[in-house]
Amino acid sequence: MTTTPLLEIRDLHTGFHTDEGLVRSVRGVSLTVARGETLALVGESGCGKSVTAHSVLKLIPMPPGQITSGQILWQGRDLVPLSIREMNRIRAREIAIVFQEPMTALNPVYSVGEQIAEVVRQHMGLGRRAAVDRAVEMLDMVGIPDARRRVGDYPHQFSGGMRQRVMIAMALACEPKLLIADEPTTALDVTIQAQILDMLQDMKERLGTAILLITHDMGVVAETAERAVVMYAGRVVEEGTVDRLFSAPAHPYTRGLIRSIPRLDGGQGRHKRLDTIAGSIPSQYANPPGCRFAPRCPLAQADCLAAQPPMTSPSADHHFACFHSVPEAIAP
Amino acid sequence: MAVFLARRLAIAMLSVIGASVVLYAVLALAPGDVFGELVSNPGIPPDVIANMREKLGLDQPIHIRYVNWALAMVQGDWGYSLVNRIDVGTLIWQRIPATLLVVGSAQALALAIALPVGVLAAMRPYSVFDQIASTLAFIGFSLPTFFTGLLFILLFSITLDWLPFIYRADLEQTGGAWVWAQLRQSIMPVTVLALFQAASWTRYVRSSVLEVIRLDYVVTARSKGLPERVVIVKHVLRNALIPVVTMVALELPVVFGGAIVTEQIFRVPGIGSLLISSIMANDTPVIMAVTFVFACLVILFNLIADVLYRWLDPRIKLH
Ligand SMILES: Nc1ncnc2c1ncn2[C@@H]1O[C@H](COP(=O)(O)OP(=O)(O)OP(=O)(O)O)[C@@H](O)[C@H]1O
Ligand code: SF4
Ligand SMILES: [Mg+2]
Repeated sequence: MTTTPLLEIRDLHTGFHTDEGLVRSVRGVSLTVARGETLALVGESGCGKSVTAHSVLKLIPMPPGQITSGQILWQGRDLVPLSIREMNRIRAREIAIVFQEPMTALNPVYSVGEQIAEVVRQHMGLGRRAAVDRAVEMLDMVGIPDARRRVGDYPHQFSGGMRQRVMIAMALACEPKLLIADEPTTALDVTIQAQILDMLQDMKERLGTAILLITHDMGVVAETAERAVVMYAGRVVEEGTVDRLFSAPAHPYTRGLIRSIPRLDGGQGRHKRLDTIAGSIPSQYANPPGCRFAPRCPLAQADCLAAQPPMTSPSADHHFACFHSVPEAIAP
Repeated sequence: MAVFLARRLAIAMLSVIGASVVLYAVLALAPGDVFGELVSNPGIPPDVIANMREKLGLDQPIHIRYVNWALAMVQGDWGYSLVNRIDVGTLIWQRIPATLLVVGSAQALALAIALPVGVLAAMRPYSVFDQIASTLAFIGFSLPTFFTGLLFILLFSITLDWLPFIYRADLEQTGGAWVWAQLRQSIMPVTVLALFQAASWTRYVRSSVLEVIRLDYVVTARSKGLPERVVIVKHVLRNALIPVVTMVALELPVVFGGAIVTEQIFRVPGIGSLLISSIMANDTPVIMAVTFVFACLVILFNLIADVLYRWLDPRIKLH
């Protein structure tokens, strides 16, 4: 029995036309999100996570941005050829998004209640009064104390963590099937981060929403996701269940990411960074053949520079793209 | 809001008083008065002039004269124009409708052009539309009103003979004919003034919208599936107008300057041309009254801008 996944991205290429040429930010990403699951999309800054996520909702500024090829199948229907008008029926109602920066994501001149009520009026056909009631209900659900009173407050009257709660309340107000959370906690304090992630988890269970959680923090992946996709320089380098990825990571880049998780039990001092991956991501303009990770890879050999490593699957729930490495546990 | 308004009104009142003091002092200290011409006329004996001065209170010290003027002003007595032989108040009220009609419709027209053009240009920056709009705005902004005014007269009145180049407040037509004549004589002064204003406002609106349109909360608005019209008008424009309101309020004296020049070119019998003719004639009470009216208008519009600003931006709190 095959069921269509909620979201299936097939070989997505997204780029930006700039004065220096085409910036190829996403170079053939494929991934699927099943109903109700949490998929983590991991990778270091600039690897194309946000561009992938924004492509799904067509929030890429076009121009200069362009989806040059690939398909984004939403419950089997390709979103790439859709007009903005058609996208507007999917945005917020079926797929919602929360951004990294809660300080700038809310409009400063409208009350938070109005900003939530607005989306509810748009998609759920509620009247003004009912929409405000829904806003109060959502604010309450995401843990804003005294929601009824605070619904008329403006964004500047909330802290960063509270604003992110407001954003989440707004995103979930129409009960979308998928929530894209683009580094929702990166801009927040560590303690607030944990609270927000807990709250997200809680909301997911209550509403049955699937979550595409974008992060560069493997610790967050381990705690919240069922499966993870690891991106490097615009490509997927490894994908699998979180259990698999942590017990037997294959790609050298994934292994590097796992080793770089700060551990609490490290010998000297608590948050000791054990390892970081040396080097930096390659230019987005250059298109050399071969593995994009080669310049930083400890296992690189001559053939790595000649051709693109294909995806190999050691098991049905685990795929990676590397010529030389094999899945194995990281030595403690 | 009530406290804010009360405070703001108090500040406005103080500004009005301050402006009147400065204006009065400057005009009183300026050389020459309406009798200047009479002095050089040998047919009038000096003691007659001294008598007249005394009768008008011109021999008293300046602060007494100011207080007298202010008290009379508050009671609605704006003084007497010796040149026009009529009460200043009456004179100004005769002239104000023409100014309001020309300047008012010019501003309305300018706004009606600048808002949509600025927004559309910013929505597609560097598109053909934007480039044409920006070029025209640049030209419009660089050409002073006296130049475009004369150009218009040359073209539409003298060469083509389509439009009258003298504006008359006392049209003899009635009914539909009056409307038609009024329209024909207003077109040029209104257009000249409106184009100049529209050019500068378009630039403000465009750059302000351009600034706002790439902000995160606009992406948020788009992610909510709101129609583009709502995204632009509700989420972009309201924020973009905040700095524009300030710019427009600050620029108001320039608008009055342009209005004075335009009135002069098209012979619009408004308060701008009244100011110029009274300056020529050294008619101090009229100069005082007109400049004071201008000062009050500037203060009033600043007050309006502040209230508007506060309504647009809930973050502003008067400390
Ligand atoms: N509007 C744009 N114009 C040109 N290049 C862009 C634009 N938006 C993104 N990019 C490029 O795409 C690349 C990928 O960006 P993206 O925001 O997806 O990274 P990310 O993985 O989300 O990183 P981060 O963790 O920092 O958010 C960036 O290096 C950037 O240079
Ligand atoms: S293909 Fe080669 S360079 Fe790329 S990750 Fe594997 S070993 Fe390293
Ligand atoms: Mg990002």
